[in-house]
Amino acid sequence: MIELNQFLILSALLFAIGVIGIFLNRKNVIIILMSIEIILLSVNLNLIAFSYFLNDLTGQIFSLFVLTVAAAEAAIGLAILVIYNRNAGSIEIEKINALKG
Amino acid sequence: MTAQLLTFYLFSGVILISSLMVISTKNPVHSVLFLILSFLNAAGLFVILHAEFLAMILIIVYVGAVAVLFLFVVMMLDFKTSINKDNILQYIPIGILIGVVFIAELIIVLINTKFDLSNIQVLPNPLSDFTGKSNTEAIGSVLYTDYILYFQLSGVILLVAMIGSIVLTLREREGVKRQVVSEQLKRQGKIDLVDVKSGKGVDI
Repeated sequence: MIELNQFLILSALLFAIGVIGIFLNRKNVIIILMSIEIILLSVNLNLIAFSYFLNDLTGQIFSLFVLTVAAAEAAIGLAILVIYNRNAGSIEIEKINALKG
Repeated sequence: MTAQLLTFYLFSGVILISSLMVISTKNPVHSVLFLILSFLNAAGLFVILHAEFLAMILIIVYVGAVAVLFLFVVMMLDFKTSINKDNILQYIPIGILIGVVFIAELIIVLINTKFDLSNIQVLPNPLSDFTGKSNTEAIGSVLYTDYILYFQLSGVILLVAMIGSIVLTLREREGVKRQVVSEQLKRQGKIDLVDVKSGKGVDI
């Protein structure tokens, strides 16, 4: 029988992979967007695992809203990416330094 | 070891490996394809957890829409996949450090904790109320009653995202001739309708 802890460890590993992806990546922004998608997937897995083991439907509803927001975020992020590439000619992270941060 | 456990390990192993490949491959197209693979396996895990509706939504929305959107953008933009090695090595220590600290914290907590879920009393929507109904039916009967405001709000979020991305990417190009129907229809006094007799010409 699967226990809750197995799902939680899996989603912790997924979350960490997403965070490492954000930090390691220096090539282009699109991998960072994909890492954010991985992080949101791990959060969804957590919510649904708790929903199943608590015998409560609310987690699935919340996961549905997380999916909605993730889709909106991906659309906006990719639009910003496209327009930045059009204006600056490159989306390499090293070259994105207009704010001198 | 039951078949359920074997399936869980299969799905979770493929998810972990493919998400590692997402962040480590050089070609962004391969990254998107590995992302799709990990979403498909996550949908399998959702089915194990009796969340069939969300599994199908994950496949339809993520694999069908978001991942294809990523693929479109990857193929539209011209990425320079050239990468200098010494630059990458500069960021590996901090990335590994943060990741390892993260995993260590979470897993130490999880291994030492045995969740006692039987004592939790707050159950607004217990699944046992929906016995005999499918998962989709149960979600619908809660989503359209208790959570109707949040449902509408998520619709507004999607509308804002749609308008925002259209406004961001729309551009008016200079020097492109296009048909403006209202301008054409506004032209008055320059059109002369002539009744042409057959066999005779028209003086212009």
